[in-house]
Amino acid sequence: MRLKHLALGLAVVTAAPAAAATAQAADGLYVPLFTYRTGPYAGSGIPVSNGLADYLNMLNARDGGIGGVPIIVDECETGYDTKKGVECYDSVKGKNPVIINPFSTGITLQLIPKAAVDKVPILSMAYGLSASADGNLFPWIFNPPDTYWDGAAAFIRHAADVEGGFDKLKGKTIGLVHLDAPYGREPIPLLQALAKDYGFTLKLYPVPGAQMQNQTALWLDVRRDRPDWIYLQGWGAMNPTAIKEAAKIGFPMNRLVGVWWSGSDDDARPAGAAAKGYSSLDINAVGSNFPAIQDIIKYVVDKGKSQVASKDKVGENFYDRGVMMAVLSAEAIRTAQKLTGKKQVTGEDVRRGLESLNITAAGWKALGLEGFAGPIHLSCADHNGHDAVALVQWDGTKWEKQPGMIEPIKDKVLPLIQSAAEDYVKANAGWPKRTEACDKSS
Amino acid sequence: MLYREVGQYKTSYAADMAIFPILQDRIGLAAILLIAFVVIPLVGHDFLLNTVMIPFLIFTLAAIGLNLLTGYTGLLSLGTGGFMGVGAYACLKLTTIFPHVNIVIWVLASGLFSAAVGVLFGLPSLRIKGFYLAVATLAAQFFLEWCFIRIPWLYNYSVSGAIEVPLRTLMGIPVTGPTATSLTRYLIVLSIVVVMTWVASNLVHGRIGRTWMAVRDMDLAAELVGIRLLRAKLLAFAVSSFYCGVAGAMMVFLWYGGAEAEVFAIDQSFLVLFMVIIGGLGTLTGSFFGAALIYILPIVLREIPAALGLPVHPSTVEQLTFVIVGVLIIVFLALEPNGLARLWQIGKQKLRVWPFPY
Repeated sequence: MRLKHLALGLAVVTAAPAAAATAQAADGLYVPLFTYRTGPYAGSGIPVSNGLADYLNMLNARDGGIGGVPIIVDECETGYDTKKGVECYDSVKGKNPVIINPFSTGITLQLIPKAAVDKVPILSMAYGLSASADGNLFPWIFNPPDTYWDGAAAFIRHAADVEGGFDKLKGKTIGLVHLDAPYGREPIPLLQALAKDYGFTLKLYPVPGAQMQNQTALWLDVRRDRPDWIYLQGWGAMNPTAIKEAAKIGFPMNRLVGVWWSGSDDDARPAGAAAKGYSSLDINAVGSNFPAIQDIIKYVVDKGKSQVASKDKVGENFYDRGVMMAVLSAEAIRTAQKLTGKKQVTGEDVRRGLESLNITAAGWKALGLEGFAGPIHLSCADHNGHDAVALVQWDGTKWEKQPGMIEPIKDKVLPLIQSAAEDYVKANAGWPKRTEACDKSS
Repeated sequence: MLYREVGQYKTSYAADMAIFPILQDRIGLAAILLIAFVVIPLVGHDFLLNTVMIPFLIFTLAAIGLNLLTGYTGLLSLGTGGFMGVGAYACLKLTTIFPHVNIVIWVLASGLFSAAVGVLFGLPSLRIKGFYLAVATLAAQFFLEWCFIRIPWLYNYSVSGAIEVPLRTLMGIPVTGPTATSLTRYLIVLSIVVVMTWVASNLVHGRIGRTWMAVRDMDLAAELVGIRLLRAKLLAFAVSSFYCGVAGAMMVFLWYGGAEAEVFAIDQSFLVLFMVIIGGLGTLTGSFFGAALIYILPIVLREIPAALGLPVHPSTVEQLTFVIVGVLIIVFLALEPNGLARLWQIGKQKLRVWPFPY
């Protein structure tokens, strides 16, 4: 009796994933998307997940996939929980994924050592480990167009520009309000280095994940310390709370700058007019006024195949961020098809495709996304680009792009990335040496 | 029919007092071990091993650890997550400082550090009981979590603030790190869990276990019959934290392959506590049932729509899973407040006398 039960239970457990695996074996490019529409970070996760899935579904509906091969879009719900993300990875890696978007810095950190073993390229677009920008040491990890260190450096440059030069930063106090998780702690080493170089004082204000919506005490500290600038590296419900609290203590909004993940429409909207002047770094354009996004509306949203709550959510900043992730994934696959001459590419081919990825301004235009983002050019050694970032400012109801682009302080960031990458490899004894050859085009 | 002890005569006290007095139970146990050690490694794919079995076994060990404290000694603790974290960070430091010592030894040794911390935070248990003790252990949880985030020495000053598990081998086969196969890790986890369950079973059936249960049932009476409360309670904290520490070290080194401090947050403590309560307080089989219900059930539920080909969005499945697991927990507890282990026992009792009702 008990044996029968046990065998039955075992059969269910073994058969379920096996059945799922056979369902995916059909011809196509298997692109798993690790998304989160549940949990405390769903507010930030939903728009990005929508943009990401909708663009790939649009390619399927409009062009029949990439190069004629349909894309098998498979969402796996992570809830921004590292444990569930690793579970997702284990469940998809047997189905030959061509590229993985972990969409969480915590999950990316877990997947970095596994990617080289399982031969799956990881695209952590503008998140993840800053040091993984080094292609020689991390051949399977890609984090274009900017690392968190580039973001923090761009913020410092912006502050210096407003103050009237880098020498004016001396004696100033700059605060970092950050989520107390790997994601939020990423910019600290760079800001510490810059504080030494430029003579400003760095104050850290960590926000524990469990207390993201209860920041009153923290902002009382801010009021006491009177920092001249605040850089916000928040995520999920932490962002709107921080912006509201900043408004409440009367912190000058034009001195509050968020990283690109703190610039969701839903982050600034709750504070409404009080958030006017809050600005955020940005790596993609805002709005739905692009032919490709109109195609998404036509082929996906209007057909009811999208998860978006309403059509006006299409074109919000984070929706477009998701679209950008999808564009980079799709173009890497397309480049891989060109490089290899095969239609049905593998993860190893897409890794080469990513290293040869080159989307020029004309390339963006050809995609129906003219001016959507800056040119993206990756190479064998540089998996990031460290491109200039835009600055968008909240006008009370929507984001307004500010003129000009901000270059990260490359001569400070690049040596730090180099040494951090070497430290990582040293700490991980037995880190595999790069054996993957470089393509001529990369 | 098959499960009946007719004709099995006990000729010695030892046979009568055995933990598995009925032959069918012993056959069943042997079959389970055979499946775990032979069948699963033969048929198991990565998903089954890495996502289902390894975490299930690790959570079981943590649940056994907490069960020794809460179920057998009656001391409510909310510091499980913190004690697991101590094990994980101790293992990282040990293997960093002495990289050539076998990692399995360090996984087990890290439990000792956890035990020491457990004893320290167990001291208040001498004066306070019940909910008040839970609050005191909650302080341990928050303090330890704070240490994991704020003391960079613990995570070797890594930039991400996370534990990065280095490559370690056992007789030339990689055991930890990305190149270790899930099969190797599964077999190591399984061996550790089986041995430690056996040890725990012997502990609770022996003098120490009886002392603990006496303390649980009425500590004043226990003191009167000559049990020293200080020793008994602190020993329970030490052994329990040892188990939790080993579970934590295995969790990071043999399952995740790297982790942040967040893994050892208060949620983890609650998760293990729920496993203990739903499985059954004061039973070892209950720890297995509880871990299976809380950990494996959601995974199975999540796979069902995909396996049946139902077009349900993953986020909807996730929400449904929360609802179904929540309802099942209430149903099981309403059916049998003493946990799944008690249900299992009732089922066995019914089988023994079947087809008669009693």
